Amino acid sequence: MTLEKIRSDDRIQIVLGLLTGIVFGFLLQKGGVTTYGVILGQLLLTDFTVLKVMLSAVLVGMIGIYALKTAGLVRLHCRMGSIGATVIGGLIFGAGFALLGYCPGTAAGALGTGALDAGVGMAGMAIGAGIFARLYPFLDRVILNKGAFQSQTIPDLIGIRPGIVVIIVAVMIIGIFWALSAIGM
Amino acid sequence: MIEWLMMARWSPYVVGGGIGVLIWTVFLLSDHPLGCSTAFANTAGMVECAFSHGKAREMPYYKKFIPGIDWYWMLIVGVLIGAFLSAYLSGTLALVIVPSFFASTFGTGAVLRFTVALIGGILLGLGARWAGGCTSGHGISGTLQLALSSWVAAICFFAGGILVAGLMFGFRFP
Repeated sequence: MTLEKIRSDDRIQIVLGLLTGIVFGFLLQKGGVTTYGVILGQLLLTDFTVLKVMLSAVLVGMIGIYALKTAGLVRLHCRMGSIGATVIGGLIFGAGFALLGYCPGTAAGALGTGALDAGVGMAGMAIGAGIFARLYPFLDRVILNKGAFQSQTIPDLIGIRPGIVVIIVAVMIIGIFWALSAIGM
Repeated sequence: MIEWLMMARWSPYVVGGGIGVLIWTVFLLSDHPLGCSTAFANTAGMVECAFSHGKAREMPYYKKFIPGIDWYWMLIVGVLIGAFLSAYLSGTLALVIVPSFFASTFGTGAVLRFTVALIGGILLGLGARWAGGCTSGHGISGTLQLALSSWVAAICFFAGGILVAGLMFGFRFP
């Protein structure tokens, strides 16, 4: 079966979504990031587990995705951003992140481990997404396109070949890990 | 092998590396990033359609993102099952209503915790759709592609989160 067939078969994709979720949820729980105290610890800068998980995923994921892209096996899927959409939306998200103490993925994981407050938060997320869908025509007209970014990717922005940027980001991430361990975090 | 699966915690570096490899398979087999907030827009759309006898399908946002049971929706079902399995195997399943860290500052009242959780959830759902992704879609899948919007979004997620967490619990870093 070719990759194209797998990618365009809705039934296979439903099964793949479920399997991907099971592995993702298993990993999130083993990493401790489905725990309220661990996420708040990150936002209060007393526990860096969340950052370690995210940056290791970026390090491994980035190298693999750029290698697969070079081999012609995958495409990138970057979204264009803007001040009005990315910055404002990101700050609203951040406020919700601190209030709930889980993000959309880790909330589902937390509910799986028995955290009922995460289930309340998930109901809230569906309400919030519904509010956005209602407001979308208005927001799209007045704010989402304000201050559009001119570049899609960081290599475009700084004008350096993607391969070099991958190496720079990898070195920076390893540097952050080293610094965290140096200060005993 | 089974002892490893039964451990309560794995190194965050191992977990992150595993998530990175998982994302390779998603790009390869599904040709899109791994993101968790789309499922909540799907749910909102499906509920709206059920209550409006399908009229909500005509709303501009649901024309752009067609609500239904798809890869993204099943991902969230899977996350719930996967985290359950992990906690079950390590014997750490526990019914929690008010997390102990929240209770240490705000008390053990369930009404307060659920109210804060509901408001937080609404802001997360709104903000994730507004910014075009969440901690996994922008914060991991987007940043690893070196997408500019995703790095900006991830910085804003944490800037907003650090500010509000500091206001709630007091700023603790030196």
